[in-house]
Amino acid sequence: MSRSDALVTADWAEENLNTQGVVFVEVDEDTSAYDGGHLPGAVKLDWKTELQDQVRRDFVNKEQFEQLLSAKGIANDDTVVLYGGNNNWFAAYAYWYFKLYGHADVKLLDGGRKKWELDGRELSKDAVSRPATSYQAKEQDTSIRAFRDEVVDAIGTKNLIDVRSPDEFSGKLLAPAHLPQEQSQRAGHIPTALNVPWSKAANEDGTFKSDEELRALYADAGLDTSKETIAYCRIGERSSHTWFALHELLGERNVKNYDGSWTEYGSLVGVPIEKTA
Amino acid sequence: MCGAPAQAPTLPAHVDLSKETVIYGVVSAADGSPVPAAYVRLLDGTGEFTAEVVTSATGDYRFFAAPGNWTLSVLHASGSARRPVVAIEPGLVEVPVTLA
Repeated sequence: MSRSDALVTADWAEENLNTQGVVFVEVDEDTSAYDGGHLPGAVKLDWKTELQDQVRRDFVNKEQFEQLLSAKGIANDDTVVLYGGNNNWFAAYAYWYFKLYGHADVKLLDGGRKKWELDGRELSKDAVSRPATSYQAKEQDTSIRAFRDEVVDAIGTKNLIDVRSPDEFSGKLLAPAHLPQEQSQRAGHIPTALNVPWSKAANEDGTFKSDEELRALYADAGLDTSKETIAYCRIGERSSHTWFALHELLGERNVKNYDGSWTEYGSLVGVPIEKTA
Repeated sequence: MCGAPAQAPTLPAHVDLSKETVIYGVVSAADGSPVPAAYVRLLDGTGEFTAEVVTSATGDYRFFAAPGNWTLSVLHASGSARRPVVAIEPGLVEVPVTLA
């Protein structure tokens, strides 16, 4: 993977809004953002109700993912371009999720909604419908997904990157500060984890920093690229952003996203936690 | 804290203001009109990103932070602003921001 395979600019997106075989998909934490105006022709994915199983904590299974994409009118050979608010956190999460189920050609719109809006580009409130398809997903590629036991085993042996803000890492805050702080899990971080906030990988307009800046960022933080790496945050969306930077932009192999992240780890009985606040 | 806020923010149910430190306010243009769809960032005491929200149709933003020193950094197509914030204790901290 490289930057040109994984990332498209707002200019490219604007030129390809009506290109056959290119589907724009908006994914937001605030799922009402789409209804207030979206890229013309873009469909919406609700990360909470459509990508998560609604009973147990896990993703929708392969068959449910196939039904979802078929109903959205996304075909196996389409180029899927994901974008969203929150500096593309949930779009990056959906990107990783599409990769997990083996979609061939998926890209992220650099800067997401924020750059698009700051540039004053067109947003549409028109309803979008696409003809249904018969989407076929692959089995989950767990080479990019980490589970809790692997994370506990990684302490002191693999790279663990905590991409939350310094105040969440230290234990001063339990959630990003646009959310209420009262949570059931313990505060702190996984011992031996490096704290490289996701935001250091992005410019203030939400676009990714250059490959050179990203390499320097992770090298300066002490990331040993000869080892496997697991990224985590609170619920796995910001760590998808960092997984994207490491695995898709810089082409690092053996990088996994731990989607259980702090809401799982911080609730486990008996695991070690470091707290500095 | 200095008196009741002019306009209390809309909070989710069950928010306990004896525990939550809510930094909130309205982003306005130079002429005083509220600015919707402005990007408001909360930076921590070292200037590092902590959270970002987009202002509502009425220009409102809201963060759940903690006591300490913070900075608000606001970006919009029409202008920008930075404001330091000191939160002494949990409760409501109203910080209106005017774009320049």
